[in-house]
Amino acid sequence: MSHHIVEVKHLQHIYADGTVALQDVSFTIHHGESVAIIGANGAGKSTLLLHLNGYLTANSGEIRIGDFPLTRKTLPEIRRTVGMVFQDADDQLFMPTVFDDVAFGPFNLGLPVEEVKQRVKAVLEQVGAAHLQEKPPYHLSGGEKKRVAIATVLSMSPDILVMDEPTSGLDPFARRQLMGLLRDFQHTKIFTSHDLDMVVDLCQRTIVLHQGIVKADGPTLEIFNDDTLLAECRLEKPLSMQGCPVCGKGR
Amino acid sequence: MRSIDGAVLDLKRLDLLATADSVIHRLDARAKVLTTLVFIVTVVSFNRYEFTALFPFFIYPVVTASLGNLPGGYIVRKIIMVIPFAFVVGMLNPIFDRELFVRIGPLAITGGWISCASIILRTVLTVGAAFILVGVTGFLSVCQALERLGTPRTFTVQLLFLYRYIFVLTEEGARASRARELRSCGRKGLGLASFGPLIGHLLIRTWLRAERIHMAMLARGFTGEFHSRQVSGFGWRELFYVAGWSAVFVVLRMENGAQWLGRLVTGGLS
Ligand SMILES: Nc1ncnc2c1ncn2[C@@H]1O[C@H](COP(=O)(O)OP(=O)(O)OP(=O)(O)O)[C@@H](O)[C@H]1O
Ligand SMILES: [Mg+2]
Repeated sequence: MSHHIVEVKHLQHIYADGTVALQDVSFTIHHGESVAIIGANGAGKSTLLLHLNGYLTANSGEIRIGDFPLTRKTLPEIRRTVGMVFQDADDQLFMPTVFDDVAFGPFNLGLPVEEVKQRVKAVLEQVGAAHLQEKPPYHLSGGEKKRVAIATVLSMSPDILVMDEPTSGLDPFARRQLMGLLRDFQHTKIFTSHDLDMVVDLCQRTIVLHQGIVKADGPTLEIFNDDTLLAECRLEKPLSMQGCPVCGKGR
Repeated sequence: MRSIDGAVLDLKRLDLLATADSVIHRLDARAKVLTTLVFIVTVVSFNRYEFTALFPFFIYPVVTASLGNLPGGYIVRKIIMVIPFAFVVGMLNPIFDRELFVRIGPLAITGGWISCASIILRTVLTVGAAFILVGVTGFLSVCQALERLGTPRTFTVQLLFLYRYIFVLTEEGARASRARELRSCGRKGLGLASFGPLIGHLLIRTWLRAERIHMAMLARGFTGEFHSRQVSGFGWRELFYVAGWSAVFVVLRMENGAQWLGRLVTGGLS
């Protein structure tokens, strides 16, 4: 089934001030794949993700999500398929309480009130934020906001999950919890991260962006074993693949 | 800077109060919106020299606020904030309108002062009623109610965005001025000169942020329709609520309640 395919062809994006954030990016992600997009600060990761649900429009190139090319007409349908968690959780939360915020999406899908309540409860429990239900989002800590932001997207049960640095700002426990959650998510997932250990843990495939082009695209372990590539792209081996600095034993 | 932050959080608190549960909260939003509209129209329809007859109208905000368990001190503080604005509007009346109205001993009160006081009192009543309406209903539900009462959707959605935009603007403002303050090392920043760029910067930031939030809404299937978890219908309770209060307002409008009460008391005494 070609339903949850994400296909990006020769994508180029130049910001209004002339910054070439993406030069020429192409890749295809198949159903059920778990793909990490890594790269240095300013490599263009966030810019790339923002194209996947039509927030930014490409200067040239083409994007297909499932069976549709991304156009103005298919946008509403595509936005329902692609659940996107922004890098800054503050941009994602806008309702008076956490409950209302998480319920916003399901209500728009036209679900009945009782079902919405159940769903909200379930996803908040999944991300470990059930106790925050009645709090206003602006009174949450950074990591709590992040968890709620993730819940708002999960509550819509998207077919493709796109996350911009999901684990940044989470405490170690919440990070583990989120990783477990992502592992259980059966559909396609794409995320950017500087948390390379998580990448090794969760993604079979990794795409390396460097100055707006795809520098490498392949199995995660292969990429992290390529020292010249890593150095060139301002990246490092994940800690779990380095020797242990305390006991001196390599793995 | 803290004051900006505080003021916004304070406003948001109003929305939060609306998530509580009480007899008033459970009423359908349309009933509350309609009653408030009738209230405002009645209060505004008095002639400009009316003063004492306005006092009995406080019964409505007081009763709703206490049935809705709104914190009195908070509401009163919010309302006091608008008095200066009302005063600015009515300020010129005492200057232009010097006709003698009543004389209390040596004190001569002109029509100008009466109308100025009347403006302030009316502002307090109407703004107070509107605040309390939001406090027991929530801004979202008020907009929904307006829509279900026949207001065009474009209008209600604009209203809602405007309301959200105020928060975004003030939040960004608070952040920017905090950053500026921290780096100005206790001096008064770079004086006024740094304010120009700050404001420009602020508008762009607010605009971008509002765009991203709008995007987040679209990404979650927003089509211009807001839903709320409260399911309520317009039943007998609502009908009684609207009709009851409207009757009270009409009677208070026709009869000067204060004089009537006075007559009752003096009549009872003599
Ligand atoms: N709105 C904008 N206008 C102009 N240039 C921008 C804009 N947003 C980002 N850029 C530039 O585009 C480039 C890519 O930015 P992007 O946010 O995609 O980086 P990133 O890979 O997500 O980095 P990080 O790891 O820091 O999040 C950067 O050089 C940045 O300065
Ligand atoms: Mg980024």
